[in-house]
Amino acid sequence: MDDKILLNHGSGGKMTHDLIGSLFVRCFDNPVLKDQTDSALISIDKNLIAFTTDSYVVDPIFFSGGNIGKLAVCGTVNDLAVSGAKPLYISCGFIIEEGFLMKDLEAIVNTMADEAKKAGVLIVTGDTKVVDKGKCDKIFINTSGIGILEEKHQRISYGDTIETGDKILINGSIGDHGIAVMSARNSIHYSAEIKSDCASLNHLIRQALGVSDNIKFMRDATRGGLATILCELAEKGKYGIVLHEERIPVEESVRGMCEIFGYDPFYIANEGKVVMVVGKEDADKVLKELQKDESGKNASIIGEITEKNKGMVVLNTGVGGKRIVDMLAGEQLPRIC
Amino acid sequence: MKYIDEYRDKVLVLKLANQIKAISKKEIRLMEVCGGHTLSIQKFGIPFLLPESIRLISGPGCPVCVSSRKFIDKAIVYSKMQDVIITTFGDLIRVPGSVSSLEKEKATSANIQIVYSPLQAIQIAKENKTKKIVFLGIGFETTSPTSAASVLKAYEEKADNFFLFSSHKIMPPAMAGIIDEGVKINGYICPGHVSTITGSEIYEGIAAKYKLGCVISGFEPVDILQTILMLVRQFENNEAKVEIQYSRAVRPEGNLKAKQAINEVFELRDDWWRGLGIIPMSGNKVKEKYQRFDAEFMMPVEVPEPVEPKGCICGEILKGIKSPKECKLFVKVCNPSNPIGACMVSGEGACQAYYKYNR
Repeated sequence: MDDKILLNHGSGGKMTHDLIGSLFVRCFDNPVLKDQTDSALISIDKNLIAFTTDSYVVDPIFFSGGNIGKLAVCGTVNDLAVSGAKPLYISCGFIIEEGFLMKDLEAIVNTMADEAKKAGVLIVTGDTKVVDKGKCDKIFINTSGIGILEEKHQRISYGDTIETGDKILINGSIGDHGIAVMSARNSIHYSAEIKSDCASLNHLIRQALGVSDNIKFMRDATRGGLATILCELAEKGKYGIVLHEERIPVEESVRGMCEIFGYDPFYIANEGKVVMVVGKEDADKVLKELQKDESGKNASIIGEITEKNKGMVVLNTGVGGKRIVDMLAGEQLPRIC
Repeated sequence: MKYIDEYRDKVLVLKLANQIKAISKKEIRLMEVCGGHTLSIQKFGIPFLLPESIRLISGPGCPVCVSSRKFIDKAIVYSKMQDVIITTFGDLIRVPGSVSSLEKEKATSANIQIVYSPLQAIQIAKENKTKKIVFLGIGFETTSPTSAASVLKAYEEKADNFFLFSSHKIMPPAMAGIIDEGVKINGYICPGHVSTITGSEIYEGIAAKYKLGCVISGFEPVDILQTILMLVRQFENNEAKVEIQYSRAVRPEGNLKAKQAINEVFELRDDWWRGLGIIPMSGNKVKEKYQRFDAEFMMPVEVPEPVEPKGCICGEILKGIKSPKECKLFVKVCNPSNPIGACMVSGEGACQAYYKYNR
């Protein structure tokens, strides 16, 4: 292990994985944690509960399409929702830098209240700490959340029922959040404003689960982007994944920014995108259901699970070539959530 | 996206691929000099579209990769000075020096700021008058004009706390050096953006002396395939000439203003290239007139002679003798989160391109 923590340890990529495995999972050793699902799945009496936590340190705290507070609510709601759970209660902890403007705090908290209302969750407990000027960057927020889970959805987090022929779906364009934050951070003005896709997806996911019992896996494509999730999925080695570049939606403005800065949209963070693996017979039905919702109107079937190329994600490129898609090693953009 | 989609058109790409297949009879080895080309070739999966007779080999055109470990070691010494702010392009941050990297120094206490242009470094210099701002100047003919422009700006605006630490290099001597070393290739895919600055004539000597086709290429799939087609055609017809495929950006005479800035600020010196050793008159040194902005002159530092890591074959990869897959360290020991050699660090390095797209 390195003798110091580097920014890269927090990138959500390979170094983060290694750190989690070699330190946190090793020391906190227990079967629930070992599963490393998006939310921990626990049962209390006979009730299945999904439980998750996340901290938000995005810089800048206000960006086009949202702010740190919106992110903190949506992120936790989505972590629960992709587990197949119905999000119910959320906690929030604030770490605030001395001198932070009260009006900014009010704006953030109001957004959180709005977003919680939209998502149908209650923010029921919290904590406030203020640190000396310079000891944190403006404001950091932690949220935790719990939700209830129906028994028939409890394998979704594990993805262990995935099989050859299953289809891979996404509910819209990739890369919007990361690029919106980067644009705000660097005061880059682009003719078309790029808005973060930050949104709570629990209603969309509920709708999809309502029409199909054949949704076998879900994950929100946050840090590390679409590529990282699919690589993690393929990593288990039981099957391969093929993606079709032409079918993966990317906004023109996001593509433009990626071209200029040399980023690959596959690795750019999203805050309102869910990737689903759906049994092939239900894929069209789920797609149509997703497209009915505002946050799923550009949904697309982007690939499938294959017998070939076990353990790998292969991309059919837009020009007719082929290449592999790998886990992000190294930070593309720090502090995007 | 306009001006991009046209060059990623699937129908056109397949048409070019078929034309190449139709005319390519003899085995041919083409070197893409530039790391940007390596990246495009792997990212778009171009080798998959080519017949077996064509082999693409990555060349020395990745600035981070060919720079010496000594450059990083010296940058680290600068970064440890109390009154210094290091400004650099992002990809240098993670390059391993002999014992540390700028990334690790940043985690300790060094003030290191990533910039997209050296002109931002001038701005930082103006805002931090009590500090010395060292810009790590790296790259070929494409980045040296902006470094030159920043020195000129510092000169004009008397930003006396700005210093350029130049590792800038020029491309043609390395391209000749590779052939002199005995590397067997049949044509060069020449870097398009170098020629937007220099024009096309810089390759005339190579084409004539070594009887090698040199085609100046853009970076999109259609560009690269058309370039390959032009090189195969030359080779099949026993021709060796300089052609411009990237005509939408490259003029034979290049960018006169940029060339003027380079000539005003820099003079050539012998320089060290990873894999190729010392190549005469291949590096850019700040001229005497601008010495007060030259970090090496104003703040000379000495570092021990660096040792190249054991088992790393970056040198041979940069010469095109070996492919990343032939390195024993590749993937298992050396990967983007733990890069041993520079070719794995840079986004334009052959090892990283192969790691990401073609393992």
